[in-house]
Amino acid sequence: MGNTSSILTQYDIEEVQEHCNNTFSQQEIVSLYQRFCQLDRNSGGFISADEFLSVPEFAVNPLAQRLFRMIDGLNFKEFVAFLSAFSSRATLQHKVEYIFKVYDSDGNGKVAFSDLLDVLRDLTGQFISEQQREPVLTQVLEEAGYKKDSILVLSDFMKILGSNGLKMEVEVPVD
Amino acid sequence: MASMSSSNLELDLDRPNIEDYLTADSIQEPRGKLRLHDFLDISPTLTEAGGAIVDDSFTRCFKSNPPEPWNWNVYLFPLWCLGVVVRYGILFPVRVLILTLGWIIFLSCYIPVHLLLKGHDKLRKKLERGLVELICSFFVASWTGVVKYHGPRPCTRPKQVFVANHTSMIDFIILEQMTAFAVIMQKHPGWVGLLQSTILESVGCIWFNRSEAKDREIVTRKLREHVEGPDNNPLLIFPEGTCVNNHYTVMFKKGAFELGSTVCPIAIKYNKIFVDAFWNSKKQSFTTHLLQLMTSWAVVCDVWYLEPQNMKPGETPIQFAERVREIISARAGIKMVPWDGYLKYSRPSPKHREHKQQAFAESVLRRLKDK
Repeated sequence: MGNTSSILTQYDIEEVQEHCNNTFSQQEIVSLYQRFCQLDRNSGGFISADEFLSVPEFAVNPLAQRLFRMIDGLNFKEFVAFLSAFSSRATLQHKVEYIFKVYDSDGNGKVAFSDLLDVLRDLTGQFISEQQREPVLTQVLEEAGYKKDSILVLSDFMKILGSNGLKMEVEVPVD
Repeated sequence: MASMSSSNLELDLDRPNIEDYLTADSIQEPRGKLRLHDFLDISPTLTEAGGAIVDDSFTRCFKSNPPEPWNWNVYLFPLWCLGVVVRYGILFPVRVLILTLGWIIFLSCYIPVHLLLKGHDKLRKKLERGLVELICSFFVASWTGVVKYHGPRPCTRPKQVFVANHTSMIDFIILEQMTAFAVIMQKHPGWVGLLQSTILESVGCIWFNRSEAKDREIVTRKLREHVEGPDNNPLLIFPEGTCVNNHYTVMFKKGAFELGSTVCPIAIKYNKIFVDAFWNSKKQSFTTHLLQLMTSWAVVCDVWYLEPQNMKPGETPIQFAERVREIISARAGIKMVPWDGYLKYSRPSPKHREHKQQAFAESVLRRLKDK
């Protein structure tokens, strides 16, 4: 709380705003900065996995581990860019890309059956057995016109998710 | 509709016609057949994660808001400087003097009483109680404490415990100057620990160690023994288990509420205009905290002694605890959050995540059956 040396100037705010494609207003960026400083307890300039885990609401989320790879060691500019998918001003394309990145753990632009299975495992835990997950997933894939060994790319995600619109918004509290 | 009913007649009435479902695919169906969309759309879970990153109710409980600086123009700044001079140059030395005087008086009375009256327990205890109340009054005077007590003063009766919300260790001192409570505390290192093991022993204190799991059974037993003894000082418990910033209350631990005694709630609210009394034990040692208080203008707070509560028939200890928490939070005008204070020191148990996973899994399995 005491590192008053890291105060945001107007230039900094505008740079961050540009980096996130104007998805956040300047006031929201200031609020996010206060939040960033609050989470970054050791003032290292980035939030470590440990500091994220100290937020209990985040730690109990089934997808917390997956999101770690994406947020570990982010500086403030990247932190805002990471959260920009949750802004009400973000485009549908942006949100679908974000979901795609969560699935695509190795970042090669391809989502395979194993990736889909991994996310389903995270979301359902031990409450659906391994033997049940595979056939269910295979079945919905085939019904949607894909095969079990199909590789999904971003355009497939856009087609499947884009048709009904996505509700993925978080409001940034502004004092 | 007519075509549907005629095709239904041709098929088994138990199984719905798959073709009918396929044509209705373009319409948004919240229930019914599972589609690839339902598996790929992880947006609700992601929204929760994003929401937690942006703002969460737990971190808000321990945030010490720095006071707004008001000394930024030509005439306010010298006033503020004058204030600093008065606080550090005049008030602080006077307060240190008062405190030292208080300690001298206290020790010169306490040590003889403690050693010489070994045989006359009742008299000794009475005098020690009075002396502890005295030294607490000196402490409060050393911060220029303006404490307004509302409600009937606590009396010494068996089978009752007092519970209060917790902001700093000074809560204990403020309450102690009015009534010599026995307290249950975490053992601290340093000079505080020394005070705990010598003086506080005389009013009857119970020690615990947060990190020891086995400790809980021993502590529960000690609590019960204390509450049942008619000569023991009334027991004061801070069921939050940790210091919170006086704007929120975290969940109360049920230990105090399953002793089978009457629970007397006490609400404490500090006025932040004068000083922020929240002790953030991760950021400051207790000594620094005290020094901060001694160099502020005053510590102003309200203490409300509320109506004693008993466990209602059919109420579990946890429900009882939450009910009392609601009474205290309402009186002090602070908000309640559904988190356990000990999450400050440890991670949430996997149970919570499993709960979410179970909910999702059950909805998937249910929709599987819908086919």
